[in-house]
Amino acid sequence: MSAADTLGQERAPGGMEDEPANLLTRTIANIRSGNLGIVPIVVGQIFIVVFFSFKATNFFTAVNFGNVIIQMAGTTMLAFGVVFVLLLGEIDLSIGYVAGIGALTVAELQLPGSGHQLNGLIAIVIAVAVCALIGGIQGSIVAFVGVPSFVVTLAGYLIWQGVILGRLEVPGSIIIQDRWINYAANYYFSPFAGWLIAAIITALYALGALVRVVTAWRKHVAITNWFAIVGTTVGVAIATFGTVAICNHGVVQSRRLGLPLAGVLIVIFLIVLSFLAKRTTFGRHVYAVGGNAEAARRAGINVPRIRVLVFMISGATAAVGGIILAAYVNSVALTFPPGTLLLNSIAAAVIGGVSLFGGRGQVRGALLGALVIATVSNGLDTAGYSNGTIYIVTGLILLLAVTLDTVARRLQVRSGR
Amino acid sequence: MAETPLLQLRNVTKTFGSVEALTDVDFEVRKGEVMALVGDNGAGKSTLVKCVAGTHAADSGEIVFEGSQVHITGPKDAARLGIEVVYQDLALCDNLDVVQNMYLGREVNRFQVLDEPTMEQSTSRTLKSLAVTTISSIRQPVATLSGGQRQSVAVAKAVQWNSKLVILDEPTAALGVAQTEQVLALVRRLGEQGLGVVIISHNLHDIFETADRITVLRLGRNAGVFERRKTSQQEIVEAITAGTRTKVAGGPSTGASG
Repeated sequence: MSAADTLGQERAPGGMEDEPANLLTRTIANIRSGNLGIVPIVVGQIFIVVFFSFKATNFFTAVNFGNVIIQMAGTTMLAFGVVFVLLLGEIDLSIGYVAGIGALTVAELQLPGSGHQLNGLIAIVIAVAVCALIGGIQGSIVAFVGVPSFVVTLAGYLIWQGVILGRLEVPGSIIIQDRWINYAANYYFSPFAGWLIAAIITALYALGALVRVVTAWRKHVAITNWFAIVGTTVGVAIATFGTVAICNHGVVQSRRLGLPLAGVLIVIFLIVLSFLAKRTTFGRHVYAVGGNAEAARRAGINVPRIRVLVFMISGATAAVGGIILAAYVNSVALTFPPGTLLLNSIAAAVIGGVSLFGGRGQVRGALLGALVIATVSNGLDTAGYSNGTIYIVTGLILLLAVTLDTVARRLQVRSGR
Repeated sequence: MAETPLLQLRNVTKTFGSVEALTDVDFEVRKGEVMALVGDNGAGKSTLVKCVAGTHAADSGEIVFEGSQVHITGPKDAARLGIEVVYQDLALCDNLDVVQNMYLGREVNRFQVLDEPTMEQSTSRTLKSLAVTTISSIRQPVATLSGGQRQSVAVAKAVQWNSKLVILDEPTAALGVAQTEQVLALVRRLGEQGLGVVIISHNLHDIFETADRITVLRLGRNAGVFERRKTSQQEIVEAITAGTRTKVAGGPSTGASG
């Protein structure tokens, strides 16, 4: 019998030696039991890329590759926050306009001649803090008063939209001139710096894997998933160096582009937030509250505190996303943020396998979901389709992803798990 | 057996408004003993457990733990003394794996970073010591476990913190025959390991399988303490329904010699 056989009555409860021997057998076991993981989304993404490469001549180019990264960065940041909120089984409908508040705050604080002009970096820190505070207030109303998060954040949606409209009614828009802020979407690393960043990311990942191996070895815990550890490290190396290689080939009007800063920001947030979710006590408690809040409370976890902190994360990531989006157009206008931002970022997390009912999902899912949405939208745009078509296709993909997940889960229940 | 009982309740009374949930109730558990707590609905079993677990405070009467009088005013007091309750709904997070559930709220961490190998090892050790062998991987989510396995995890979670007294509320209520046997064996093992065990159950079969002694409550009052070897299901049923107080053997007042 394969190691994936879970009936082993006579087996020791230790578990480590009973883990499926490698990533492949485990993946197969997972798929058979209805847990599809990231397989469908990766397959779907490959299909989308191939499809548009044939459909649109300008799609499969180094320049457009960089474009997709920058275009997806804002949505991805918001989606990272959405993951935490959804893990709790809550919802945050305010993030679109909280992102707007973040962008408005930096725009306001960098405004020359306003009397309160600050360095762009300081403005960014303040904007993120303001939005975290907004999240904290909304989260407190959810956690301490018990008002459903849907209602609290729907109120936030209206309130923050109102604030933005009120401030921008007269000027119509505020131009962002501060270069630090605009770098968020417009800065490209030199080819050498790009390679260096790829090397650093790969080295850090390999180091992390090494630390895990060494601790396990020191604690005499057997490591059976060598294939997974080595495989993912190699995968990270290929992905980072591949991305840099393609980006370094981008040339616009005889100007060499390179790795966009926005892409590096995505990776930094991915690493930090994944670590927070998976390897810290806080992250564990987020999953616990989302899985069974009553059990978490009885286990001594301060449930309201976890709720407030998660809404603060949601506010902070929304601010970062909003700043990147504003930097992309060098301004904050009455039409900011784009109407699709909120729903696209929630859709990104859901397409990435995060459950709306709490307790299930991963941070990286948001990145994959946002990548799919951005690729489809970019591809249709490049191929000359209208916005209407983009919305329809995005909606269909969302429906397909969730249907697939639901059907897989039903099979899982039927197979007695 | 001539030692101080692990837990002793004397003349405990608890009222909710005008309702007397417990009236002058005596109760005791010795080390290494499985004590069953039975009674009809509304007999006061749950209230008694909640007084010990710190969910309710008794109005009067005393609680003596390991020979000294204690005041249990909250669940944390109970936990500090080494009293753990496994409630009927188990309080497990389905989306977390066995290790994560065992350490829920008490994660081993350094600077907030989880120390997974340590938690994994000690979970493995605890399950081994309780001879819970049916769980193939302690890294599988609790949602994938059977009812008996989940109950085993909940019990293991309760005993791994050096607890001295474990209270099980209807541990077999939702289980099939084979799984019930599994859990009952686990309950007996807890007693053999020197813990005090209180098992609340409606199922007399389960009680006669596991308990050393049986305390019967009726309408918030003592209706007798019986030694399992010297009694019959018939007698227990009579005590539960009619409250006959015959053949009180090893009762709290004479317990030490019983």
